[in-house]
Amino acid sequence: MTEFDVSADVEAVVEDRDIPEDLREDVYRVVEERSLSVEAADEIAKAVENRYRETRVEPLDPVGTVSAQSIGEPGTQLTMNTFHYAGVAEIDVTQGLPRLIELVDARKTPDTPMMTIYLEDEYAESRERAHEVVWQLEATKILALGDVSTNVADMNVSIDLNPDTLQERWPTVADTGEIAGEIAEIIEDSLGVTTIQKGTNVQFGPEEPSYRDLLQLVEELREITFKGIEEISRVVIRKEDVETPEDEEREEFVLYTEGSSFGDALEIEGVDASRSSCNNIHEIHRTLGIEAARETIIEETNDTLKEQGLDNVNVRHLMLVADMMTNRGEIESIGRHGISGSKESVLARAAFEVTVNHLLDAAIHGEVDDLNGVTENVIVGKPIKLGTGDVDLRMGSLSKSGEQAD
Amino acid sequence: MSTGQSPKEIGEISFGLMDPEEYREMSATKVITADTYDDDGFPIDMGLMDPRLGVIDPGLECKTCGKHSGSCNGHFGHIELAAPVIHVGFTKLIRRLLRGTCRECARLCLTEDEREDFARDLNNARKLGNDLNDVTKAAIRQARKKDRCPFCGEVQFDIQHEKPTTYYEVQQVLTSEYSQEIASAMQGDEEEDVAPMGREELAEATEIDLSRVNEILSGEFRPRESDRKAIEKALDVDLTEEDMNKLMPSDIRDWFEDIPDEDLEVLGINPDRSRPEWMILTVLPVPPVTARPSITLDNGQRSEDDLTHKLVDIIRINQRFMENREAGAPQLIIEDLWELLQYHVTTFMDNEISGTPPARHRSGRPLKTLSQRLKGKEGRFRGSLSGKRVNFSARTVISPDPTLSLNEVGVPDRVAKEMTQTMNVTERNLADARRYVSNGPEGHPGANYVKRPDGRRLKVTEKNCEELSEKVEAGWEVNRHLVDGDIVVFNRQPSLHRMSIMAHEVVVMPSKTFRLNTVVCPPYNADFDGDEMNMHALQNEEARAEARVLMRVQEQILSPRFGENIIGAIQDHISGTYLLTNQNPHFNETQALDLLRATRIDELPDPSGEEAGEPYWTGRDIFSELLPDDLNIEFRGTVGDDVVVEDGTLVEGTIAEDEVGEFGGQIVDTIVKVYGTTRARIFINEVAALAMRSIMHFGFSIGIDDETISTEAQDRIDETIDEAYDRTEELIETYEKGELESLPGRTVDETLEMKIMQTLGKARDNAGDIAEEHFDEENPAVVMANSGARGSMLNLTQMAGCVGQQAVRGNRINRGYEDRTLSHYKKDDLSADAHGFVEHSYTGGLTPREFFFHAMGGREGLVDTAVRTSKSGYLQRRLINALSELETQYDGTVRDTSDTIVQFEFGEDSTSPVQVAHDAESGVDVEQIADRILDNEFADAQSKAEFLGDEARPTNLSEHAEARRNPDLLTEVESDD
Repeated sequence: MTEFDVSADVEAVVEDRDIPEDLREDVYRVVEERSLSVEAADEIAKAVENRYRETRVEPLDPVGTVSAQSIGEPGTQLTMNTFHYAGVAEIDVTQGLPRLIELVDARKTPDTPMMTIYLEDEYAESRERAHEVVWQLEATKILALGDVSTNVADMNVSIDLNPDTLQERWPTVADTGEIAGEIAEIIEDSLGVTTIQKGTNVQFGPEEPSYRDLLQLVEELREITFKGIEEISRVVIRKEDVETPEDEEREEFVLYTEGSSFGDALEIEGVDASRSSCNNIHEIHRTLGIEAARETIIEETNDTLKEQGLDNVNVRHLMLVADMMTNRGEIESIGRHGISGSKESVLARAAFEVTVNHLLDAAIHGEVDDLNGVTENVIVGKPIKLGTGDVDLRMGSLSKSGEQAD
Repeated sequence: MSTGQSPKEIGEISFGLMDPEEYREMSATKVITADTYDDDGFPIDMGLMDPRLGVIDPGLECKTCGKHSGSCNGHFGHIELAAPVIHVGFTKLIRRLLRGTCRECARLCLTEDEREDFARDLNNARKLGNDLNDVTKAAIRQARKKDRCPFCGEVQFDIQHEKPTTYYEVQQVLTSEYSQEIASAMQGDEEEDVAPMGREELAEATEIDLSRVNEILSGEFRPRESDRKAIEKALDVDLTEEDMNKLMPSDIRDWFEDIPDEDLEVLGINPDRSRPEWMILTVLPVPPVTARPSITLDNGQRSEDDLTHKLVDIIRINQRFMENREAGAPQLIIEDLWELLQYHVTTFMDNEISGTPPARHRSGRPLKTLSQRLKGKEGRFRGSLSGKRVNFSARTVISPDPTLSLNEVGVPDRVAKEMTQTMNVTERNLADARRYVSNGPEGHPGANYVKRPDGRRLKVTEKNCEELSEKVEAGWEVNRHLVDGDIVVFNRQPSLHRMSIMAHEVVVMPSKTFRLNTVVCPPYNADFDGDEMNMHALQNEEARAEARVLMRVQEQILSPRFGENIIGAIQDHISGTYLLTNQNPHFNETQALDLLRATRIDELPDPSGEEAGEPYWTGRDIFSELLPDDLNIEFRGTVGDDVVVEDGTLVEGTIAEDEVGEFGGQIVDTIVKVYGTTRARIFINEVAALAMRSIMHFGFSIGIDDETISTEAQDRIDETIDEAYDRTEELIETYEKGELESLPGRTVDETLEMKIMQTLGKARDNAGDIAEEHFDEENPAVVMANSGARGSMLNLTQMAGCVGQQAVRGNRINRGYEDRTLSHYKKDDLSADAHGFVEHSYTGGLTPREFFFHAMGGREGLVDTAVRTSKSGYLQRRLINALSELETQYDGTVRDTSDTIVQFEFGEDSTSPVQVAHDAESGVDVEQIADRILDNEFADAQSKAEFLGDEARPTNLSEHAEARRNPDLLTEVESDD
């Protein structure tokens, strides 16, 4: 039943055609707008059906090879050593061919991990609230909080915490002394020393007077993360135009982080888990599951190509690669350690890489190659079961009457 | 494989180890002599070139199968090894088996429950296609934990493996100095607070007789194991030392023979196909001579294959071993020889084992033995099996020919005479066949071979061709030369996408190069600076049909990467159409006819107007003649104007790159998708032809004067550059004063660099703008840049204005001397020209220093390209290998060849990436379809039927066939010459 005002006859002829619902609606709209006859409607529906069929992939199309070529071929046009900006000038991100290789390899950690954090409601609107999230994210080291001085005569380390910074970074706690106490506690826990806290000044030293131990303590002190997430070294706030789900544009604050720890970041209050993302596909996989990982692979490859001006690669090719990489429910790399290495056929594996080992293993396990795939059949000289090789062709001649004769 | 011996089709291939008995059975002869040929040059019996192993010299007969070289595949021989040796490929597995099985009863040291667990894991791994080795490794690890065999209770020792092929059993045995050790322990240790212990106390603590203790202490009696442990416990000492007991291959073989079959299954070994003792070789198969042919050098000397050399070594040592053993040589010598034999057999299998010096040829080159033959790009798998050499192929330089259709390829006559097509002679083509044969192998449409119905093949020669032609009857086969209209496959490497291999129709031509229409350069990525391409003549009807229907150039106009046309007008074609349509010039009748002379249009339309009594035609009207009559399209064009086509007439707009160009020219794209590939082919051909005529009409050239600018403009450019210099100096000054404010997240140094780069970049752009202002619209370089034919405004800027900042790794040039780039500058000079800013233009000329910096920047580009090609090549190989098995099925799913579903619908909606542009919402435009139907604008009933899908578009028609069917067309073309 359509909402367009068309006759039952028109509806009958259009419904008869094998076309998807939205196209059918388009046909109804045209028929209604131009008040067409049933015959015209039928012809249009027929032509639409014909064109629709043309735009679908044909059965037995070797889409895998086509997709691989469509991604590989522009690879020659990608640049090699770009280390530049991804939208945010302040953060360096691996781009171009190295990034593409990194994605396809499914590396455990990318060269330059980063996260894009979107914020919820009021956090997204005010810079102060957004900053609260920043302090939760960014790893706070001692040097950001105050001055550290080493007193060799007294054999102790004295930290003069800056009350303003403390107040800024711990907005929920009113008393700076209390914050300093917290900090002192963290130092005690991680260095195993006793501290003396006076207001915003914290002092401590080695148990026994030792110059080496003292310096060691200072070194270790610098490494302690007092607040935030260890892996995140820097956070950049940017005001951006963001499209809301209602297709409206609005300005909001978006955070970009250098370094990533996606699972921890999502726990933080104010972070919009539904929009935030990360460029480490394994972290996405761990926290959000395989479907999200697939989506991220598509997004990341697409962005990498776009950045290099190759925005004309059809996403469907990228989807196929992502689907292949995530097909077993975990992320598999493309290459010897992943998909190519776990192929069923011995010959296909041997023909790809590490030839001899695959053959020896096959002998031990008594493997049998059924010769189903592409490479195997090329090797044994049989037609491959793909495309025109996947159908049987019966050749014969037509007799005079036009009927088939063998 | 010309005989019926080998199966017609291979169903499956099973892998396994071979039983030594099997080696002996299949062996044609035992090989005992290390020599190859005797003094007369005949192969020695039971030598490495024994004629029973197959023949390589022409004329000789194989003693085993009686066939001659070429048809005899060769036969294996064997060497009886004097002592067993280990197969290097299996050293890791041998180690694992030694560690996991009992040294006494050879059973796998796992309890029943554990066995079941691992057997199940193994099954699961097999089903899921995971690596079996992971499971077996875990099983061995478990088995190794056992101190004693759970079946016979024998104590298990650790196995040490010394790479590559030596194994030791490490036993804890009583040290030879046990008495001293005990005595010193009994002394006690004052510092450590251990009280000394008397003999009686010790006897008491260990429950050993005092007399026995005395005997032990005097070294007369070796304590038994239980006693040793008791003493160790009582005195807290370690009385053992490691004893390395070397396991000889024969010991290992005996050990493995006892491993029961069911235990092997738990380890993932298939005992029917591969018994572990077969990993220790007692018989060595000798590959047939055909696998290691010797070659005769110019001086008559024979040069043997690397494998033969290796086999000679093996046999020599083997003989010496046997002789020595029979003569009763000392064990030490025997063991040395055994090791040497092991080394030779090892390097025979693999000559790249780490830790082992590779066996070398006399010249010092490492030998290429069995596993080197299989490995790598040129190895058997990738080089010979996956990539095969073929007959009926040709390769030569390519050159352009704009008179050809894009479907065609010009084939040199000498190539056409080598490549043949098989003709099955029937009554209907008998006359043709006879004509071909009578022309002989030298005349052009001739024939090289004929095959009689009885299967005999005859060579057609100049002498017998006349005679033979009369004998040809129906039922014969004639291998005729390529003629015009034959379909061939054409390819240019690197074959990065499917458009790198397309089918063309042959046009036989004189001289030596392949000729192609310039519009097919983009898909092949070809140019004519010496590129070579390959051609393959197809050898059966199925292949020819597929090539014609699926692979012909016109079927490949759309690229599956982005769903738009990849074939279209290029370079001068675009300049040509730009000149023709941009200012919409007028042409008189002669000129108009001349422009259209290479197209199908043979009658001019009504004149566009009259000028001084003479009718004239505008460029756009002439161009419109090429468009389909009912084409309607409107879009924003290349040069920024609106391009409007109404009912097949170009009403407004300039035709340039975005209209008819190679990557997504809108008009071409629309024509392919709406009117089909044949119409698109005609359109592209005609646009190319018209554009060439047009550019010749206007004349188009470029010279150095076209890039020089007036002194006035030059002064202005100098001024802007001077300004930029001043601003750079200012920046440096503020930096040196420490007043420069850093950008967030950057150091001050970085900020300065960025700002300088920005300033200088802007200066170059300004210089470019000034230069651009100076050039008029007719300037050929401007025409090319504007139309998108070639080059950009940046190129023009660099030629006329200023070349600009040279960069290495994205920064200004900073390398060279200490704190400076060149010795011409002071240290720590931050100024623009000290870091590679080129202020001159290419036409003006660069100063030596600028030239040097420019070369530095240029070098980076070259290195980048070189690195990139290899990296992206490997990326592509991996991608193809991983995805090659995916195919859409009739149910719309995407599956691999083992039927695993990868996608339920390709790209989530089954939309073809070929037919639908990458950025299009849907490939179906209902409005457009309705317009076409309602206006009923079809050239004929046929095209309407095609549009409605009642009739399929003919795809397999040859361009020549079209002409042949319609003789009028043919004569017309001819008269045109």
